[in-house]
Amino acid sequence: MLLSVKDLRTYFFTDEGTVKAVDGVDFEIEKGTTLGVVGESGCGKSVTARSIMRLLPKTGRIVSGEILFNLNGQTVDIAKLPKEEMRKIRGRHIAMIFQEPMAAFSPVHTVGDQITEAMMFHFGISKEEAMQKAIETLRRVGIPKPEQMINAYPFEYSGGMRQRAMIAMAISCNPDLLIADEPTTALDVTIQAQVLELLRELQRDYNMAIMMITHNMGVIAEMADHVVVMYLGKILESAPVEELFYNPKHPYTMLLLRSIPVVGKRVERLEVIKGDVPDPRNMPKGCRFHPRCPYLMRDLCDQKEPPTVEVSKDHKVSCFLYGGERDGAS
Amino acid sequence: MKRKEFQEEKFYYASQWQLIWWRFRKHKLAVFGGIVLLVIYTLAIFCEFFAPYDPTKYNSRFPYAPPQRIRFFHEGKFMGPFVYGYTSTVDLKTMRRVYKIDKSQIFKIKFFVKGDEYKLWGIWPSNIHFMGVESGYMFLLGTDRLGRDLLSRIIYGARISTSVGLVGVFLSFILGIIIGGISGYFGGAVDNFIQRTIEIIRSIPTIPLWMALSAALPLNWSPLKVYFAITVILSLTGWTGLARVVRSKFLSLREEDFVMAARFAGASEMRIIFRHMLPSFMSHIIASITLSIPGMILGETSLSFLGLGLRPPVISWGVLLQDAQNLTAVALYPWLLTPVVFVIVTVLCFNFLGDGLRDAADPYANL
Amino acid sequence: MLGFVMRRLIQMVITLFVISVISFMIIELPPGDYLTSYISSLAATGESLDQAEIESLRKQYGLDLPLYARYFKWLWGVLRGDFGYSFSWDRPVSELLWGRLGMSVAVSALSVAFSWVFGFLIGMYSATHQYSAGDYLATFLGYVGLATPNFLLALVLLWVIYVTTGVNLSGLFSREFIDAPWSFAKFLDMLKHIWLPMVVVGTSGMAGLIRTLRANLLDELHKPYVEAALSKGLPENKVFWKYPMRIAMIPFISTVGWSLPGIFSGETITSIVLNLPTVGPLLLGALRSQDMYLAGSLVMFLSFFTVIGTLISDILLAWVDPRIRLE
Repeated sequence: MLLSVKDLRTYFFTDEGTVKAVDGVDFEIEKGTTLGVVGESGCGKSVTARSIMRLLPKTGRIVSGEILFNLNGQTVDIAKLPKEEMRKIRGRHIAMIFQEPMAAFSPVHTVGDQITEAMMFHFGISKEEAMQKAIETLRRVGIPKPEQMINAYPFEYSGGMRQRAMIAMAISCNPDLLIADEPTTALDVTIQAQVLELLRELQRDYNMAIMMITHNMGVIAEMADHVVVMYLGKILESAPVEELFYNPKHPYTMLLLRSIPVVGKRVERLEVIKGDVPDPRNMPKGCRFHPRCPYLMRDLCDQKEPPTVEVSKDHKVSCFLYGGERDGAS
Repeated sequence: MKRKEFQEEKFYYASQWQLIWWRFRKHKLAVFGGIVLLVIYTLAIFCEFFAPYDPTKYNSRFPYAPPQRIRFFHEGKFMGPFVYGYTSTVDLKTMRRVYKIDKSQIFKIKFFVKGDEYKLWGIWPSNIHFMGVESGYMFLLGTDRLGRDLLSRIIYGARISTSVGLVGVFLSFILGIIIGGISGYFGGAVDNFIQRTIEIIRSIPTIPLWMALSAALPLNWSPLKVYFAITVILSLTGWTGLARVVRSKFLSLREEDFVMAARFAGASEMRIIFRHMLPSFMSHIIASITLSIPGMILGETSLSFLGLGLRPPVISWGVLLQDAQNLTAVALYPWLLTPVVFVIVTVLCFNFLGDGLRDAADPYANL
Repeated sequence: MLGFVMRRLIQMVITLFVISVISFMIIELPPGDYLTSYISSLAATGESLDQAEIESLRKQYGLDLPLYARYFKWLWGVLRGDFGYSFSWDRPVSELLWGRLGMSVAVSALSVAFSWVFGFLIGMYSATHQYSAGDYLATFLGYVGLATPNFLLALVLLWVIYVTTGVNLSGLFSREFIDAPWSFAKFLDMLKHIWLPMVVVGTSGMAGLIRTLRANLLDELHKPYVEAALSKGLPENKVFWKYPMRIAMIPFISTVGWSLPGIFSGETITSIVLNLPTVGPLLLGALRSQDMYLAGSLVMFLSFFTVIGTLISDILLAWVDPRIRLE
């Protein structure tokens, strides 16, 4: 097992109240596989990623839980690692790519400079060596004329190329885990497909695990081996990808899948999930989803939080529809 | 939930100006600045009424008299506001007057007292003053070399110093909008040319330039002519700031969809400029103007201080500060520096106000 | 890069040309011409010129030529180092210029350095310790610095020092050293005096720099590329200096460049108040006696130095920000 997150809680302590952005999250990622993390904006997916990277803003803190990472055969708890130790992991074993490729690059440094940085820091190699490897990496991600482009500035790259360059920057040190935070959201569809294809190739070639964070079910269907569905800081459902699509159990998952318009099918209105995501400072009592749930069971769902139930192999749900009334927490 | 929804609705339907006002109100400093400025301008507008004395009236008995403190208690008894008088003697060694507080002379301060005659705005004669003493003398900020009450002179000076700012800014405003508008609206070579010109003007250090231009004013011009000439000189360099703001707004707005929509609807260029583009950055212009007034006030003060701007008998804060050029005089009579406080306060308040306006100017910014 | 520098140099030449025109207009501005002022100043001392001398002077200065011809005659002289004659000092202007200009440039340069260093330190502190007491204090000082005109600050400081220590810090040297030859003691004495104009002129520039750096740094610190850099595992310190700081420096450098006209302007009036041997008092005297060749040349040179200064700052800017070079 490459990464094992157990009961992770990350809270933000602001003047306006405490935000429980991640509130008891469990999942695992195996070597060389892709975990899809899906959910609406504000559900805590990005915070989870940043908790793993230990890149939280000053107001955020991992309050409890474990993040067990397989570092060269040894298991380390990232959540409790001191800063200097974490820096050795960041960029080298766990890397991240972001939504806006232009914003992830500094406009006044060359792409080569920004790619070789990590390599020189983690491997201690010279600038010339690092540049060679960087050129190779650029070639690998499909950037034409890498020897010239390596000395260009980010604004000289086109949109799709920038995303590839960002991927090159992330994989430059051969990480075991690549966290992709909405990597295709800002791209148009054809480029999206190319980037996803590239990621799949890289995964194969480097045996790299990917944590794919997105709200796009289509991307999940294409990329993920296993999926977790998040809502307001909790995981509502966790299943292998085919199970999730063909056999969704949680009402939220079902509604998410139903809201995807199907090409060729005529409908009067698009399906939506009624209501809005509530203010995270003011979470609903009991099951977090209950105000919007069509299967709401009064005096149960609005009073107690449902426990996690395993409905089939590797398929877990957090919903009273599948039992657990007596074990639910209030 | 209901109340929040109602507030959100009010917010949603509020007009642009209402939004600006709400945002502005949140800036306590800006509001404070605005209030102080209101007070200063009131004093300036009605200076004849607020000043205790005629600023040109000199008292040969009280040259360089120190400020009299307003007191309330005399020997333990509450007397209402009053000041003590002075006995003055001449120190034979330094040949200077020495003032000692004389507690036997008590001058009660009253409001709406009869005092020196004046004509409000040169039109309505009166002799009622806001504050003063019926008998004796009240020099709350001391007197100058000729025994003239400094407080009265400062209040009269407020009228000139603060209005120079407004007139100068008005001229800059016109120049700035026209030139900046042309530059931003037409773009291309015209824009380039105007921008280079602005850069060249900005390269010349302002005070030496102002000094040189003011020195060229004929000595026999009337104070009024000199006043307007100074404001023209100040605005010759002042318009560049506003022109740049206007230009950048025009440039960015040109590409906005609503301008394109207006064009498609068949609106003429003039109409597009005035009815569509201008209102959307009016608030920025107001903020920019407010922020350039201090520059004008400081400019006039500096020039008059050097003797190159307004000259006596015109009273402005800069002219008053001419008396403070001499270090020994200032050391002996530090109250001569008081106009400095007024200048700083006025400029600070304009800066606070302008900053607040600038933040509020874009009410849709941080939504 | 070279192309950029060439373009800026050409721009500078045009700017200097326009400034020379403006300076010439200043020279011609007062009513009457140079010769009438000269004659009246002579009359004040009891001298006079006969008609032949007047005519020859008129020819020499080209005062019988039309305006544009006079300008070119003057410009030609300027390019050869002849800036006209100052009758109030009875010397060629060029003799008076260099010493004073040098001093002005020295004081201004020190003030720029002062405003740069402290603007940088305070701005950086303010942004990284946002909302702390130090931040509010710095912002407040910035406001006050902006609101207080240079000469007033000079006056007030001069007064405060005089009243508390009895020392009059005006001028650049104490009385004993004014005509003394240069020595280490004289140098120390100068340091004792020069900090006052440096601080006074520097604070007005500093306020703008603090605000610029603080605002830009705050913006950059929250940008995604900072997070991206940290995600590579680099230490925070290194990331801070290499990325957001480096980028926030760009508008900072630009602001330094454009604070030069203000610094020279402030230096002029501050040196009048503090009675320093720089351009300021010389200019004031020249204007009062309508000695226009001197006055115009002084204004021209002050502007020259400003333009050169902004050129240097622009080149620095292009070196630091590749986006500008490629425009």
